[in-house]
Amino acid sequence: MKIKADKPTVATYADHEVITPPHKLRGLVSAVESGDDDPVARAERALETLSSEFSSWMDSECERLETARGMVAKRGLIGKHRDDLFHAAHDIKGEAATFGFPYAGDAANSLCRLIEHTPDPARVPLDLIHQHVDAVRAIIREAARPDAEAVAQRLTGKLRDVTEDFLRRENPDRLDEIESIFAPSITPDESA
Amino acid sequence: MIRIDFNRLRFLVIDDNAHMRRILRTLLHGFGAREVYEAEDGAAGLEGFTHYIPDIVITDWAMPIFDGLELTQMIRQPGANANPYVPIIMLTGHSEKKRVMSARDAGVTEFLAKPISAKSLYQRILNVVANPRPFIKTKNYFGPDRRRNVNPNYVGPERRKGGNADVIKQQALLEKVKVPG
Repeated sequence: MKIKADKPTVATYADHEVITPPHKLRGLVSAVESGDDDPVARAERALETLSSEFSSWMDSECERLETARGMVAKRGLIGKHRDDLFHAAHDIKGEAATFGFPYAGDAANSLCRLIEHTPDPARVPLDLIHQHVDAVRAIIREAARPDAEAVAQRLTGKLRDVTEDFLRRENPDRLDEIESIFAPSITPDESA
Repeated sequence: MIRIDFNRLRFLVIDDNAHMRRILRTLLHGFGAREVYEAEDGAAGLEGFTHYIPDIVITDWAMPIFDGLELTQMIRQPGANANPYVPIIMLTGHSEKKRVMSARDAGVTEFLAKPISAKSLYQRILNVVANPRPFIKTKNYFGPDRRRNVNPNYVGPERRKGGNADVIKQQALLEKVKVPG
């Protein structure tokens, strides 16, 4: 039987189908002799040209976090204010290392965990939220200091310990889950 | 060495964070891509998917209106759109095991945890372009085969029923491509 190249082939079994879609991208792959043209290096150079903007981008992300913290301080960790604080911290978690502030990402990650895994948000101590936001801001502000990395490491380590301890107390029935949250990520570190 | 003709690939990048979209666009252009379209939330992403018919979708998870997981589930509807088989790379700050499993079960093709690097993004794109996986359709799943490897030490019941087709061996395109000469 002749199979049309633009149609998926389907093999049907008792409780599932295996579908092989047409491989439309096949023609875009070829083999080349040498690595003269390295697309990864090209992309890294392109990113490098963008890096002069990273510091101001980090500042604007920090302002967003600060605004969200202000609203939570006024209105409480509820509804939209909770979501805004979480998303601001979550974006910093994802971007900070790319922007050159990896420890700010760690502090933001700890804040995300605190917000996400506390069953009753009203029980999250406001002071602990302030400490996280202040830590993110301080790590970025003081990044040029010679001892910045060591201080940031100690600070984020402390935040992580306090947050873990708080979440354990707040989640006595979910200790395994809390442990898995603080376990090393199953995704490899590919930031380098 | 394998080369991808990036200038013939069309990308759709969906992320609510403008900085991250700019980084992705810069990296993709750096690889050689010319067609990079952007959307800033799940709804605009779905519209962009229908309109631009991208070859590869790169989506964030946490977004307004509907998130990257819901977007994936909407795209993975056989017969409902132009290309339910489109490779979807989920690029997210979420990296916990539970999240990775949820993304896989929604039909995501590749998972990439932030922070992003040129190398890690390139590897994911290379994987979906050169080494595509067959799709599996069951009563409650439609998406890329979640079995990436055959585990010879697996002990337990076969969860897919129906003859010998439980593991479909596919020669990777990477292996098929030979250096000319």
